[in-house]
Amino acid sequence: MNLYDFIFYAFAALTIISAVGVVFSRSIVYAAFALLFTFFGVAAIYVLLAADFIAITQILLYVGGILVLIVFGVMLTSRAYSVEVKRGALQVIPAVIVAGVIAGTLIGILNTTPWPASHFVPYEETARPIGALLMTQFVLPFELASVLLLVALIGAVIIARREKGERA
Amino acid sequence: MALHVGLNHFLIISAILFSLGIYGVITRKNAIMVLMGIELILNSANINFIAFTRFGLMNLSGQVIAIFVIILAAAEAAILLAIVLNIYQQLNTVNVDEVDKLKN
Repeated sequence: MNLYDFIFYAFAALTIISAVGVVFSRSIVYAAFALLFTFFGVAAIYVLLAADFIAITQILLYVGGILVLIVFGVMLTSRAYSVEVKRGALQVIPAVIVAGVIAGTLIGILNTTPWPASHFVPYEETARPIGALLMTQFVLPFELASVLLLVALIGAVIIARREKGERA
Repeated sequence: MALHVGLNHFLIISAILFSLGIYGVITRKNAIMVLMGIELILNSANINFIAFTRFGLMNLSGQVIAIFVIILAAAEAAILLAIVLNIYQQLNTVNVDEVDKLKN
């Protein structure tokens, strides 16, 4: 077991344990903080997979953007420090069954599938080829994504600004 | 299962994250907690894409698709939180089982 394996298991444990914390914690604030560690663990896994650009994007966008949005949502919609989040006690048994069946099926399939090539390809930098791909092969999805972000921005502002009793 | 880290290890991490996300989406009542479950699911899909890229089963377009997934997750989170804020202002709750105004 070399250093790479050790680091992988450490970050995998961090990711899984904090994801369990997200799903099972009773306080929404604790869940948000556990989500922070999950995102960092996933970013570390991206680094171990030699995806440097994606790892930085993950930290900037997920931790810096989405998580801050989620924390703002928590602060604005609940008395953040006194609220106890009601667990949905009604559907716990079906949820355990569904999630367990999905996990068992996926892991069983993964363990029995003979993957054709299971070796590391040599590392090379990714930022420059990704930029080139975005400007050539993926230029249409790239432009669509930019329009979608603009629409989402305007839509979010319009939806969130409408107040009670006020005409849209 | 071999102790040496290979493609399977990353895929299993992703499968566990996916199942936890599904569990969170089903059981949580608070809409923001449901969003957290969705984020877990999207992250697990991204791990799959990047692992396949790393092990030579996909070329670099796997990473480009992962970037698009992250972009869509950001847009989705912004829209969903706007909707949740609006629901909270109108109905004074964000629990998904109490928002049933359209039913009657």
